[in-house]
Amino acid sequence: MSVQRLSRGQMAHRLAQDIPDGSYVNLGIGLPTLVGNHVPAGREIIYHSENGILGLGPAPLPGEEDPELINAGKELVTLLPGAAYIHHTDSFMIMRGGHLDVSVLGAFQVSATGDLANWATLDEDFPPAVGGAMDLAVGAKRVLVLTTHTSSDGRPKLLERCTYPLTAAGVVDRVYTDLAVLDVTPEGLLVREVVDGLTPQGLQELTQARLSFADDLQVLRPGA
Amino acid sequence: MLDKRVDSLTAAVEGVEDGSTVLIGGFGNSGIPVELVHALLEQGARDLTLVTNNAGSRESDVAALLRERRVRKIICSYPRSKGSVWFERLYKAGELELQLVPQGTLSERMRAAGAGLGGFFTPTGADSLLSEGKEVRMIGGRRHVFEEPLPGDVALVKADRADRWGNLVYHSAARNYGPTMAAAAALTVVQVRQLVELGELDPECVVTPGVYVDRVVEVEPEFVP
Repeated sequence: MSVQRLSRGQMAHRLAQDIPDGSYVNLGIGLPTLVGNHVPAGREIIYHSENGILGLGPAPLPGEEDPELINAGKELVTLLPGAAYIHHTDSFMIMRGGHLDVSVLGAFQVSATGDLANWATLDEDFPPAVGGAMDLAVGAKRVLVLTTHTSSDGRPKLLERCTYPLTAAGVVDRVYTDLAVLDVTPEGLLVREVVDGLTPQGLQELTQARLSFADDLQVLRPGA
Repeated sequence: MLDKRVDSLTAAVEGVEDGSTVLIGGFGNSGIPVELVHALLEQGARDLTLVTNNAGSRESDVAALLRERRVRKIICSYPRSKGSVWFERLYKAGELELQLVPQGTLSERMRAAGAGLGGFFTPTGADSLLSEGKEVRMIGGRRHVFEEPLPGDVALVKADRADRWGNLVYHSAARNYGPTMAAAAALTVVQVRQLVELGELDPECVVTPGVYVDRVVEVEPEFVP
């Protein structure tokens, strides 16, 4: 049976359903940014940008750009009514101090105990950079990871132990992949949802960490 | 009379010594004091330690200081970015020392310096390679790493408006590191779009009080990010 992996947009859509109305949220650079396009209508979400914005709005219309009003990915943005500027130290106080409800991050690897590796590979030729990744990982009330289940060359990303340098240990609450939704529990990774057509054994074969499966295991359905 | 205004970029960076630690504001292209950095390039100080979020892009500002071999060491959070060719070239050639710091820790280390504190324990990075060689302590059941204060000899900051006492307001997200760096350096130099009379800035809205600021210079920015 062929298994249909979720597209990037479908992955973001699934995660977006779990962001509660009224949340303060930081979306990481790249795939996590797409989550903002999929939050159900009627929910009011206050987006934080590490460079110093609470209440981030969409991209500006032509002619309305402010070249210094950018997000963490250095893209031009706008503000929503009610927004505030904050300077950098306060912005990271918001992150580290537990004031964000949700942080959505990408990952190279996640371990069975919720360790996150998302800032560096072992490539010595590649000069390092860290940015706000470590602050985002340690501080938010819930840390959600949005990532493909396997790397582009087919290797598992969900491991008993990360082999890449850690961003933070024991911080991830839930992982959303293109194949499954998994909770990090004291007993390891617990699969809550899996795509149609993929058996528990089939998912385990694509996962290096040992999986357990929820009694009420659901089908992970592609949304909009 | 207290008057922190100077009438030229040359006067703004006068006296910066070789070997100085220079804090340079900005995140991406937002809030970089480009004209002050170019004035520092003209001024000629070398063997500098720079503290910045990014390591410059293409040929402008921080990248120009790197290209002209004025920088010995860079303390930075995200040096590798689009167009950071001079950083990458010098780093790979072993001509530039890099101290990589998580972004919130970089900012908080400067805050600690400005606040007169001897450092702090943070959970950020405590389980990472970036805590190697540092004291780690369990606080509230969680690992925290000790980080030292990071003072500057000089801070170069961009704001929107200032008065002659050095009170500052900023423009949109260009605020970023400005308030923290202004307090963390022995000599804080600020370029502003507009100098205004005392009393024109609403005391409720002053972001950086002039006590942290030493020199302000009005600059019509040539560089539009």
